Amino acid sequence: MEAGFQLALDSAPFLLKGAYYTVILSLGGMFFGLLLGFGLALMRLSRFKLLSWTARVYVSFFRGTPLLVQLFLIYYGLPQVGIELDPIPAAMIGFSLNMAAYACEILRAAIGSIERGQWEAAASIGMTRAQTLRRAILPQAMRTALPPLGNSFISLVKDTALAATIQVPELFRQAQLVSARTFEIFTMYLSAALIYWVLASILAHLQNRLEDRVNRHDLES
Amino acid sequence: MIVVEKLTKQFKGQVVLNGIDLEVKEGEVVAIIGPSGSGKTTFLRCLNFLEEPTSGRIKVGEIEIDGSRPLNQQQGLVRRLRQHVGFVFQNFNLFPHRTALENVIEGPLVVKKMAHDAADRLGRALLAKVGLAGKEDAYPRRLSGGQQQRVAIARALAMEPEVILFDEPTSALDPELVGEVLATIRSLAEENRTMVIVTHEMSFARDVANRVIFFDKGVIVEQGEAKALFANPREERTRQFLSKFLTH
Repeated sequence: MEAGFQLALDSAPFLLKGAYYTVILSLGGMFFGLLLGFGLALMRLSRFKLLSWTARVYVSFFRGTPLLVQLFLIYYGLPQVGIELDPIPAAMIGFSLNMAAYACEILRAAIGSIERGQWEAAASIGMTRAQTLRRAILPQAMRTALPPLGNSFISLVKDTALAATIQVPELFRQAQLVSARTFEIFTMYLSAALIYWVLASILAHLQNRLEDRVNRHDLES
Repeated sequence: MIVVEKLTKQFKGQVVLNGIDLEVKEGEVVAIIGPSGSGKTTFLRCLNFLEEPTSGRIKVGEIEIDGSRPLNQQQGLVRRLRQHVGFVFQNFNLFPHRTALENVIEGPLVVKKMAHDAADRLGRALLAKVGLAGKEDAYPRRLSGGQQQRVAIARALAMEPEVILFDEPTSALDPELVGEVLATIRSLAEENRTMVIVTHEMSFARDVANRVIFFDKGVIVEQGEAKALFANPREERTRQFLSKFLTH
């Protein structure tokens, strides 16, 4: 047991370096996923059939296929058509594209949940569609969207472990490498699990604080 | 001020409005009454294109819109018209994430690009005018229905519209709150503002409106000077409808 503890300490630099990539991939995947997902949600709500249909197919594909397969497609598949990507950019693209599909659906549902009267009230004072979205609809939709977006983000943090399969030296991969060398399998994977847990807990905490902030007009007079 | 010609609205093959002609003069207060499903609310919503007419012409001030052309081809024109036409909804439709004051100054700030301090002064003055001084920082959820509707009226006034449309402004209110909203609308009438009010408050329509229009089945059945129409309706349908409200 004491030896295991010592090993966990010794291997801490490796694991923390892995955790660094885990965080980078999570933040990047969330950021670009939200950006792209927001664009897709707008397409989905567009009057133009071609746009909404394109977004619909996109979402259907990325939600309907395993993330692992998507990562393999990008990292191992794309070189065959002349696009070679390093492991980290490949993983970043994969997580972003995947997250975008979920973000699109969450944002679309949240925007759709705002009653028509809000659109009409904004229209009645002469606001454009873009002004209405920005000033009236999105601030309200974000309250609805935050909990599921937070959940998706926490899922993403855990899903980044899949990047181990395409050579990204993230947390899980580092734990694999160290345990293969030392045979302290239980200690290493437990350490990795604890780090994932800490990361997810921090996020859950931030999510709660953000939700409180966005909901403040419910609480104050 | 408002000219409506041959306005029709069909919805899923059903005729909701069947060739409405109407002229509203500056300073006139027009009340529209009629049974539910008569098309009166649809008509009002067509006036600022919250509802897309099937055909007909609507002119407000200098702005004229051909209802038979698709609205999304003339969105700029529709937006300009809406800046001249205030609308007060049955369900208030205040922005719940904004305070009373922020609700009122949203239009001046965002649409008219008014400076923040000027908008702020305007908003406070308007809230005071509708009897809500001191409620500037209250969120809608903390206000009674009557107070919310008065904020909504102040929000419409903030755009300095040439005409204000009211869609059953007291129908969603508890009975004891109806009076304060009607009093606010009455004081606007006394300023000779041009207003079109769809309402079920018959005595209010009789006392405040210059003219009353009776709608039924998508057409104007009868219209006339308010007191005369209530005292002496010419049409049988009007008589039947009014008999349910007023006992002379």
